[in-house]
Amino acid sequence: MLWLALHFASLPLEVYARAGQPSAAVAIADSAHHIVACNEAALKLGIRRGMAVAAASALSSALHVVPRDGAAEEAALERIAAWAIQFTPTVSIARPAEVLLEIAGSLTLFRGLKYLWAEIQDGLRALGFTASIACAPTPLAAQWFARAGVPVRLRHLDALRASLPDLPIEVTHAAPDALALLENIGVKSVSDCLALPRDGVARRLGQHFLDDLDRALGLLADARAFFTPPSVFKAAQPLPAPAHEAEMLVFAARRLLNELCGFLAATSNGAERLTFTFSHHKLEPTKLTLSLVEATRDVEHLTTVLRERLDRTTLPDAVTALELESELLLPLASRNLSLLHDAGQLKEAATHLIERLRARLGDDAVQGLVRYADHRPERAWRTCKPGTHDVTHTLIAGRPLWLLERPLPLSEVGGVPCYDGRLSRLTRAERIESGWWDGNDVTRDYFIACNPAEALLWIYQERNPNGGWFLHGFFA
Amino acid sequence: MSALATEARVPAPPPPASLDAVLNHPAIWRGGECARVAPAVATGYAELDARLPGSGWPAGAITEIYAERTGVGEVELIMPAAAQLTQAGRWVTLVAPLHVPYAPALATHGVRLERLLLVQTRSTEDNLWACEQALRASSSGAVLLWQDHIHERALRRLQLAAESTSTSLFLFRSTRVAPATPAALRLHVSRADGRTIVRILKRRGGGLPPAIALDLHGSFSRRARAVRLTATPEPLVAALP
Repeated sequence: MLWLALHFASLPLEVYARAGQPSAAVAIADSAHHIVACNEAALKLGIRRGMAVAAASALSSALHVVPRDGAAEEAALERIAAWAIQFTPTVSIARPAEVLLEIAGSLTLFRGLKYLWAEIQDGLRALGFTASIACAPTPLAAQWFARAGVPVRLRHLDALRASLPDLPIEVTHAAPDALALLENIGVKSVSDCLALPRDGVARRLGQHFLDDLDRALGLLADARAFFTPPSVFKAAQPLPAPAHEAEMLVFAARRLLNELCGFLAATSNGAERLTFTFSHHKLEPTKLTLSLVEATRDVEHLTTVLRERLDRTTLPDAVTALELESELLLPLASRNLSLLHDAGQLKEAATHLIERLRARLGDDAVQGLVRYADHRPERAWRTCKPGTHDVTHTLIAGRPLWLLERPLPLSEVGGVPCYDGRLSRLTRAERIESGWWDGNDVTRDYFIACNPAEALLWIYQERNPNGGWFLHGFFA
Repeated sequence: MSALATEARVPAPPPPASLDAVLNHPAIWRGGECARVAPAVATGYAELDARLPGSGWPAGAITEIYAERTGVGEVELIMPAAAQLTQAGRWVTLVAPLHVPYAPALATHGVRLERLLLVQTRSTEDNLWACEQALRASSSGAVLLWQDHIHERALRRLQLAAESTSTSLFLFRSTRVAPATPAALRLHVSRADGRTIVRILKRRGGGLPPAIALDLHGSFSRRARAVRLTATPEPLVAALP
């Protein structure tokens, strides 16, 4: 097992600010009125994490304090996890600010840890999140290194046990009173803690603290719940400042599109219809639906389409937040490279086509055709699932390519049937008499006929006292 | 001796290129002949193939077929091609056919039914969308569309879709529609004297050949012609019971 931990130290700030680049000083405050995160501009003013909001406001009157949005952070972590499934199927969320990836099985595919690391880092940057990344054989140790901001790449337990003791004790995120106690007795690092007698630690700090140390060192099993991606994609993003220009909206939307495409890659899907909802301050939100010709998970393509649409749309007011939803997801397999069209590819393409058509038009609108062994012309065929094997082998001559769904009664002039003029028969009668067993018996004489305009028709006369004439098909 | 042998090995100078050889060069096009393009699929009718650029239905392009009325052999015209394509494993999609495409007749024409896709939707927009999807699928050999009124822009979209996979699109329209289309080939189909008359209204490379008469419907159609040629007006009607 090899775990990659992504620690998002600035998550509270990024869920708010990643959709734009606010130049003003912004700080995020939690419910206890302490600053939990702030941007560069705020740092320059001397604002630090842990500061009371009152103290921070005293430093600068221009500071914009935003309450922390725990639900948005939670949702962001889930979307990051869904995005990360493209790298490994085993992704786990460690609240409040970490995502864990088990990557032992992905190293070969991504040509080694170095490239995988770089790819994840670039991807997160495109999403607008900054993470400190660390890699270790146990998930908890990886989390601790990531929290400490030490980008280690430890492959083996021995190396882990050699480096873990150097970490400061704060990375364990133990309870504040436990940390205070440890500090009072002069414990500063994990190694100091490991040197303490175990029974005493267990008595004073609780067994779970010892268990955490053992889990980090790989002495105790650490089972993680794996993340299952949701079946639909939905993401919302507030804008730090109301925006009107298409470019700013595209910048923000691109963050969401990156998330969407990562999610789609992870679930082997493509999106065929996307809905953007732009919220305004007072007016009703504007909805923009992008219908694509072909399901895709290409960020560039989607961005281009969105940009085109935004250029043609006039928004009634500045946008305060946007939301992206994709309800029509279709399987979109990655394709193996091949020089020639092979049968497998043809079949795959046909399946995709049929699925796509049926997904949009409904199953009844997309059908295949088979013959059916019945002498009655209207029962000699059936619709079926496309691609159904046709098991009938008899070939009948003299059948029209078009059959009328319902035979059309023909008017008669002097006993001669008419259809755009009087019809002349070209063949002898073909008697079809069948179906007495199911109550739909027919007794008819079929002829191929021709009208003055020379259209070729398939007509029949009922073999009953009325003897009416009907048109049943066209030799189209 | 050795000098002679060496001389004998010197190759004879190539004969001066004849005019025919020059004219047969693929880069040379002469007015009055069909443009040379890659053939898509033979029509199955030698007379027609001879008059079409590439000797067949154009690939990756629209062929428009204007039928004078239903029942003149307009669909039968492409049955050999449909049979050939489906036998080769390609799919043929029928979008919004006017009536039920009759499976026994299709099978008799050699069409492999399990490679047929039948699409019938309620709106023109959906029909065109389905058509475009089918054209873009690499599994498609041909798409048949029955639609009288199509916006020119939608038609260009279909044209691009057809080009992307080299699939042929056959567009069936009634003669009432005014033509203004990007179609590579436009045909008018009618019937006279018991034969199907195909007139080429437009083809790549220009030059319109005279109309072609095809025997599409086998024996009964020839018999009809014989009767018509010899008999007084409406001879067969009198023979009806």
